[in-house]
Amino acid sequence: MKKPKFEFQPNADRRQVLQGIVGLAIAAATMRAGAQKLPTSQVNTTKLAVTDTEVTVGQLHSSTGTMAISETGSIQAEQLAIDQINAMGGVLGRQIKVIKEDGASDWPTFAEKAKKLLVSDHVATVFGCWTSASRKAVLPIFEKENGMLYYPTFYEGLEQSKNVIYTGQEATQQILWGLDWASKEKGTKSYFLVGSDYIWPRTSMKIARKHIEGVLKQKVVGEEYYPLGNTNFNSLINKIKAAKPDLIYAAVVGGSNVAFYKQLKAAGITADKQNLLTISVTEDELLGIGGENTAGFYSCMKYFQSLDNENNKKFVAAFKAKYGPKSVIGDVTQAAYLGPWLWKFAVEKAGSFDVDKIAAASAGIEFKGAPEGYVKIADNHHLYSKARIGQMLPDGQFKVVAESPGLIKPDPFPKGYQ
Amino acid sequence: MELPEMLNIGLMQGFAGLSLFAVLLLMGLGLAIIFGQMGVINMAQGEFMAIGAYTVYLGSTLTEKYAPGLIDYYFPFAIVAAFAFAFIGGWITEWALIRHLYKRPLDTLLATWGLSLGLQQVFRTFISPKEVSPTLPDWLMGSWAPHEGLDIPINGMFVMVLTFFVTAGVMLALYKSRWGLRVRATVSNRPMANATGINTKKTDQLTFAIGCGIAGIAGAAFTTIGSTGPTSGSLYIVDAFLVVTFGGTASLLGTALSAFLIAQTQSISEFFMTGSMAKVFTLSVIVMVLMLRPQGLFASKIRR
Repeated sequence: MKKPKFEFQPNADRRQVLQGIVGLAIAAATMRAGAQKLPTSQVNTTKLAVTDTEVTVGQLHSSTGTMAISETGSIQAEQLAIDQINAMGGVLGRQIKVIKEDGASDWPTFAEKAKKLLVSDHVATVFGCWTSASRKAVLPIFEKENGMLYYPTFYEGLEQSKNVIYTGQEATQQILWGLDWASKEKGTKSYFLVGSDYIWPRTSMKIARKHIEGVLKQKVVGEEYYPLGNTNFNSLINKIKAAKPDLIYAAVVGGSNVAFYKQLKAAGITADKQNLLTISVTEDELLGIGGENTAGFYSCMKYFQSLDNENNKKFVAAFKAKYGPKSVIGDVTQAAYLGPWLWKFAVEKAGSFDVDKIAAASAGIEFKGAPEGYVKIADNHHLYSKARIGQMLPDGQFKVVAESPGLIKPDPFPKGYQ
Repeated sequence: MELPEMLNIGLMQGFAGLSLFAVLLLMGLGLAIIFGQMGVINMAQGEFMAIGAYTVYLGSTLTEKYAPGLIDYYFPFAIVAAFAFAFIGGWITEWALIRHLYKRPLDTLLATWGLSLGLQQVFRTFISPKEVSPTLPDWLMGSWAPHEGLDIPINGMFVMVLTFFVTAGVMLALYKSRWGLRVRATVSNRPMANATGINTKKTDQLTFAIGCGIAGIAGAAFTTIGSTGPTSGSLYIVDAFLVVTFGGTASLLGTALSAFLIAQTQSISEFFMTGSMAKVFTLSVIVMVLMLRPQGLFASKIRR
């Protein structure tokens, strides 16, 4: 508040300063939380779409195509956060205006739309992408055009960029503690790894295998990948039965997920006889799978809708009020909700919308009101966050049965795990 | 591993192969009629399966809402309804789209592909972009365990029984009924069939609708195995075409045999290789066989 005063009147004496402060206070009281405090020319030196009353941001998700299933929750959560921020007076006194673009589950389209948002719309930041493939497609554009991206999904790691804030977990945050938990609490000694056949499950399983064999000194008795969309798992299930693992560790995604759990149940593999821990089932997936098929199995995430804290209760209530009482909130949806808030805090800390200043200011930003509990951005632009184990209930919700004692440090390039 | 245990796994693996066979055959049947008999490349076949699957979902939602006590009994009725809806859909499609294109078979590919994209967006907009699963009756879930360590999936048995009846029904209808006679006459020589007083237009319409109806039954049956989403249909369509083409178009027996061979190759190789490699292996075998026999396993005996 004082800063402009001193800049404009370097030789001001005490009286003038006092007058100035009083004047400013009056100005602040009479005007809507003022853009006058921070003129646009000062908070926006790189020709972003920022005016005295408005700041334009982009939202880039798939609202059509295969990924619409998953990305809809993220779109809704980001919109909710933006609405709430606007209701509180916006960012630096400016209301947030959103330009929504549809990546249509097609990676080149994502790249094209990202370019459009940055080059012709000059958006101040973008909330978006879901799959790693879409993020990889837009990353070079964000780096070249110097844009800012808030990316919500838990992902395989092995990436870090000045222009991206990763609000989901990187692989080690989700995997290591969860495996330790299974080994300690469930006494598991042998593991069967199952995943869909693409980069995220493969990288995750590589990390899991190293951890099981190297750190836990236990055994991996099988590792299998099935093509995306595969719906026949009977042979796999027989292999699992032959290998008799203490724990099935699963990262099956999409439609395959449903087939996998239905067929496990049909083959008599249920929670009373078999431990199963997954890193790919949230409330969203359970809606499709049907809780009765998975009851008793475990999932390792940082957030569950049933989390018992004040922030989360408010968040869940607001989400349901906006999108209907039947809507569910999965891990990524919550991570997407963090994006606009973290951006707001970064802008306020930097006192500027400039991407370079936000990127520099981001490390160390804290969000105490996050539904998942306190989070903090690390130097590598990932979040410190907790890991939690939820047990699947027949009604499609989770019972949180364990929580990592502290925040887990993000480590996108884990040494010894590559 | 001890011997009885190996026997158990062997038995279950054998069953896995058979149940995949049933799934593939059920997928292929409707298409065998439409593509095999009529020569229409129906790219929307998968979406008719999705219609069937969504019908079951609708049935389960309605039952849960209005008559939760009847949840154990709705499934057979839902299958009948699935046939009916897909049949009606097929009837309308034939009337609006296909009948104008019989002389241009390749254009049916484009037209039905457009239809499939349209239907997918309709599912996404009006039903849900998320995948849904109907609540299945308890008797369909779980496994039948004749003794310790041997679990036979009940849904697999159900799909097998259903496939058996549908296949037997189609065979009977095609080879023993008046409709079947008319279809076969129309397929082998359209002008001649016309000349002998067969209403080929009516026959075409009915045939197409029945093919779609069977796809609806298939879709309904698959709700016991997987989920239903707007794009589920596009997952089924590849396998369906694979089965029909590999078996040789215009031959129901070929379709059945090809479903059996593909299923066994796939499920046996899956047991000894990883899932993705098994798929590669199966497809390579199919490609090689088709290179040697482009007409498929069973060629149709039609004079051209």
